[in-house]
Amino acid sequence: MNRVERIGRVVRRTLLHALPTALGIVILVFFLLQLVPGDAVDVLAGESGSATAATMAHLRAQFGLDQPIVLQLYHYLGNLAHFNLGFSPRYNAPVMDLVISRLPSTLLLMLLSQGVAIVIGISLGVVMAAWAGKWPDRLLSLLALLLYSTPGFWIGLMALILFSVHLDWLPSGGNATIGAELAGWANLKDMLRHAVLPVLALSSFFIAIYARLTRAAMLEIARQDFVRTAHAKGLSPLVVTLRHILRCALLPITTVAGMHFGNLLGGAAVIETVFSWPGLGRLALEAVMARDFNVLLGVLLLSAFLVILANVLVDLLQSWLDPRIKVR
Amino acid sequence: MRKSILLPVLILASSVFSIPGQAAEATPQRGGTLNFLAEPEPPVLTSLVSTSGAVMKVNAKVIEGLLTYDFNMQPIPQLATSWAVSPDGKQYTFHLRKGVKWHDGQDFTSADVAFSILTVKQYNSRAQGTFANVTEVKTPDPYTAILELSKPAPYLLSAFSANEAPMVPKHLYEGTDIMTNPHNTAPIGTGPFIFKEWVRGSHILYVRNPNYWDKPKPYVDQLVVKIIPDAATRTIALETGALDLGSDSPVPLSEIDRIKKNSKLGIETRGYGYSPTQTRIEFNLDNPYLKNLKVRQAIAHSINIDVLKNVVWYGYAVKSPTPITPELAAFHDNTPSPYAFDIAKANALLDEAGFPRQANGIRFKLVHDYMPYGDSFKRVAEYIKSSLAKVGIEVTIRSQDFATFIKRVYTDRDFDFDNGSISNLFDPAVGVQRLYWSKTYKPGVPFGNGSHYSNPEVDRLLEQAAIETDPAKRVEMYQQFQRIIATDIPDLNLLQINRQTIYNKRVHNFLTDIQGVNGSLADVWLEQ
Repeated sequence: MNRVERIGRVVRRTLLHALPTALGIVILVFFLLQLVPGDAVDVLAGESGSATAATMAHLRAQFGLDQPIVLQLYHYLGNLAHFNLGFSPRYNAPVMDLVISRLPSTLLLMLLSQGVAIVIGISLGVVMAAWAGKWPDRLLSLLALLLYSTPGFWIGLMALILFSVHLDWLPSGGNATIGAELAGWANLKDMLRHAVLPVLALSSFFIAIYARLTRAAMLEIARQDFVRTAHAKGLSPLVVTLRHILRCALLPITTVAGMHFGNLLGGAAVIETVFSWPGLGRLALEAVMARDFNVLLGVLLLSAFLVILANVLVDLLQSWLDPRIKVR
Repeated sequence: MRKSILLPVLILASSVFSIPGQAAEATPQRGGTLNFLAEPEPPVLTSLVSTSGAVMKVNAKVIEGLLTYDFNMQPIPQLATSWAVSPDGKQYTFHLRKGVKWHDGQDFTSADVAFSILTVKQYNSRAQGTFANVTEVKTPDPYTAILELSKPAPYLLSAFSANEAPMVPKHLYEGTDIMTNPHNTAPIGTGPFIFKEWVRGSHILYVRNPNYWDKPKPYVDQLVVKIIPDAATRTIALETGALDLGSDSPVPLSEIDRIKKNSKLGIETRGYGYSPTQTRIEFNLDNPYLKNLKVRQAIAHSINIDVLKNVVWYGYAVKSPTPITPELAAFHDNTPSPYAFDIAKANALLDEAGFPRQANGIRFKLVHDYMPYGDSFKRVAEYIKSSLAKVGIEVTIRSQDFATFIKRVYTDRDFDFDNGSISNLFDPAVGVQRLYWSKTYKPGVPFGNGSHYSNPEVDRLLEQAAIETDPAKRVEMYQQFQRIIATDIPDLNLLQINRQTIYNKRVHNFLTDIQGVNGSLADVWLEQ
């Protein structure tokens, strides 16, 4: 089976599973949201402070909120079939525009965080496993425990006070210098400067997870026969550690990392709020507060697809790491 | 009382900028970027279709009104250069500024004024009431607009600000669906700043209007309105200089000492007179205990307003035991509260009301909801709980988000009593009447008559005061109204909040009229 054929099969299978799953999520969430007290017009009227019954009725009619629930769902699904995510009462903008405009900044934050967490986490794990029981292991275990038990947003706030207020090295929020109109290299540098602290805050917890996972997996694999064989045939300890032990240990780590993609989205809501980062997580949080359910459903749908995509990538990665794993 | 203490301090503060040694500072410098806070993010960028507080922060930068107002609510020219009200109060004539152009280059004329007034009357929920008596706007020539009223509206001359009656371009709105017109989120006005972009969740960007009629204003090149949802991050942004100016108490009061100690930052409490904030405890008069006047009086005697002022609001408040705040000085009833802090009297009143303490010391139980906005109302709730425990009322505090709170109190009416704040706006007829008039008891509509209070005499006074043209008689009617409310206490009025504007000291001249930073900011300049 060649590679293209294999990828094609994965995509087909995923679509077959993902579409009904996503549809199910949308319908379930749609009905769950009806249990939440208040609608978007209640919030708009509350914020305006001077609403009248007539203006509220007018707004409800404008956004279709005065229709029966089933009819609202029918219209929503009808819109979805035309790739239209509806209109946001709170932001006065099409949901598709809102979600798409937030997607790049959230993806940047998540991929960087996930990348940083995996690279640092695995490196720490390798060091811990290599010196298991000795002082580097103990020291790093303590560090991992600290990162594991400290909330990311608190690390973020403390880092803000240190690096932004006292040292004045990094910006205190946002994802770019507003109105600077930078291009090319300067723009990239500006973006990365803004990303450092949120990435640090978001990845801290996951660094700890991957470090501990790598350590445990490597220690287990190190006891197996093929490792002894590798040592016996005269390979250097470094090659054995990296090519034989670590490669096998990557399997559980990639599985967990794929699952964490969804967790990252949840964690991003808090970190994005702390750092005024215009991302999807914060959009979802604000949509809940504003009862802007079109936006919330839009974010959920997109997140669901992101998680599914991440899982497909993990599947492919695993079959590459261990050819015995067949993609069915 | 508080004002007399505050005033010398403010005069002192302002004199710092004008002492001779610093004369150079008095000359405005051009250039720079002003970073201004908007929180929460506004739903639209013009008050034509929304009265949300967040919209009021950004609207007037682009869109202007016919008038603005000095600190004593006296009109100052903006797009109108002169005006006259007929003796019967039913005709308002405005002479307009000549040579003013919209940001798209078209001329501003009386046709725009007529269109704007009638549109705001139809589509803006507050203006529907404010401009209800306006029947017609005549435009005898391009620079004269005459409003005809069916009956007098004595508060109307205070309502021609950019935020209450925004002047929008007729040629871009006429014939469109006003509520969904794209210019609601990409406004075009006559103001000092031109809208450039709105990146939702991040910022709104405005640039200097080079053709502004009031040259050489504006002084700053760019106005960046930042959206910073987290209070701790807002504090940090002010400290680092990422934010120059934030209004409506942008940092938690618990952080205010940190701000005071920062030599780069200043705190200003003026500039909120166009929308003063009153805090109060709202009773549900349909509740079997709270419908009893003696119970409400007992609660009033159990609350020590000084504690709330000093502990919850860190002194940033003025006692206001009456519906009309001291800021609306002409109408405010400054007699002290008839309900002095007196636990013994409260206990006696509850005994008289027929709710004796039971074996466990408790008379009855109530649930208290607080307005979920910042953390201060939660602290008020905690104080109420501990105070009422002393007189034998067991209070359970219930927390919820804003939408749930609004729906519970104003739609489902599933509450006993709550505490929160409400704006008096620029006149009692607009900001106070809605809370006590029996005709504004309309379940489903937030911030109306939530107590379900109904008193024919109060209704009569409110309705008459809303059309009385003699200022002295109007004042007398509102004084009488306040005396009745003090007797009936359908709600317990507590304090007027002195909201803070926190600014970087490189920002000058942001406070030029009663609207404070909700105005155009055309006069602001930055020390380079």
